[in-house]
Amino acid sequence: MTVYNALNINMINITVIDRADTPHVLEVPTDMAFNLMEICKSYELPVEGTCGGMALCASCHCYLESDHLLPEPTQDEWYMLDQTLYVMDNSRLGCQIKMTDDLEGLVVRLAPEV
Amino acid sequence: MIQTDILIIGAGPVGLFTVFEAGLLKLRCHLIDSLPQPGGQLTEIYPKKPIYDIPGYPSVLAGDLVKNLMEQIAPFKPTFTLGERAESIEKLPDNRFKLTTIKGTAIIAPVIAIAGGLGCFEPRKPPIANIVDFEDKGVEYIIKDPEFYRNKRVVIAGGGDSALDWTIFLADVAQEVTMIHRRSEFRGALDSVEKVMHLEKNGKIKVVTQAEVMGLNGNGKLQEVVIKHDKLGQIRRETDHFVPLFGLSPKLGPIGNWGLNIDKNAIEVDTLDYRTNVQGIFAIGDINTYTGKLKLILCGFHEATMMVQSAFKIVHPNKKLSFKYTTVTGIDGL
Repeated sequence: MTVYNALNINMINITVIDRADTPHVLEVPTDMAFNLMEICKSYELPVEGTCGGMALCASCHCYLESDHLLPEPTQDEWYMLDQTLYVMDNSRLGCQIKMTDDLEGLVVRLAPEV
Repeated sequence: MIQTDILIIGAGPVGLFTVFEAGLLKLRCHLIDSLPQPGGQLTEIYPKKPIYDIPGYPSVLAGDLVKNLMEQIAPFKPTFTLGERAESIEKLPDNRFKLTTIKGTAIIAPVIAIAGGLGCFEPRKPPIANIVDFEDKGVEYIIKDPEFYRNKRVVIAGGGDSALDWTIFLADVAQEVTMIHRRSEFRGALDSVEKVMHLEKNGKIKVVTQAEVMGLNGNGKLQEVVIKHDKLGQIRRETDHFVPLFGLSPKLGPIGNWGLNIDKNAIEVDTLDYRTNVQGIFAIGDINTYTGKLKLILCGFHEATMMVQSAFKIVHPNKKLSFKYTTVTGIDGL
């Protein structure tokens, strides 16, 4: 469901598919320096964000399911993805995905808990 | 049998600072932690990261903060049980608690302060259906003693520094080392990656990339791993040991079964003094929850300070307590 926002500036809608395969459409501000992990936590989706967003725990591991072009993972993100489980080619760490206007319609799926 | 005034579960920054505030009130502390060293996630996850919101420190490395805390509490001579997870508690007839660790160490105290942070750090286990059946029968998640692998065949899985470092180390110890990595390249420390490549080139070890261990076979003891390779399909490899090294992940663990009120993996407390629903047990730092909770070291320090005042009343029900500044009495406190 897309929520109409009269002041629809700096606001996008993204979809997060949880581990029970349920999609959640989330309204996300893009002018608050949020990352995907923080958005999931603020909507009380089951994402721990243990390390607080330092790419050091992989508890926000997710899969990119839409064809958005995201910035390449940093060395730190690659390094963490090398260490965790259930990694696929479209694996990303939610904490490293900044919420920007061009991510309207983004679809991600939460990776299994480890 | 260890006896103390406050038994602190978790030797992270908040647990460590509790020793200081308790020490000012002449309360003795014993700390217990599942990790082999103090510092909690600061030491385990981000020792080299700078922290900017510790009052008085424009910037301090997490590892240095732990070092400083250890120095700050040293005069109070805290005792430690490290590398052992707190397992169970029982209430004794004299109202004290007896806590037993996973290794059977028993500690008795009238007050328990749970400063467990994110919980106990436990190894991440790969999703292999029967892996539990082979634990300690050929599958180990942590290498404790490399000599254990002398002249044995070992398969190591993982692509991080720990997998690289142990592969290098065991190349000289084990009969045969095979390293399995999901991707085609390694992002670990350059020096370690080069060493692994060199060892492989010289036939000392075998490196299988773009592959994952999907199955384990054996009869009461591990005999082979089944590897799924992106291009070659299924590969079977005989081995004595399989060591998956995918880091540690925090779990609330046995604390969840102690009769404490839990909300979303955190212990509910009363902000009066961070007491839990069980008389004599307090929870401070990242492991607790209350309206307005912020998971900050700074807030944990405050919680520890408030908590020890109430701990004093439990340890010494008939003594009066007067508050003293360290500028007046130094660290001798009372």
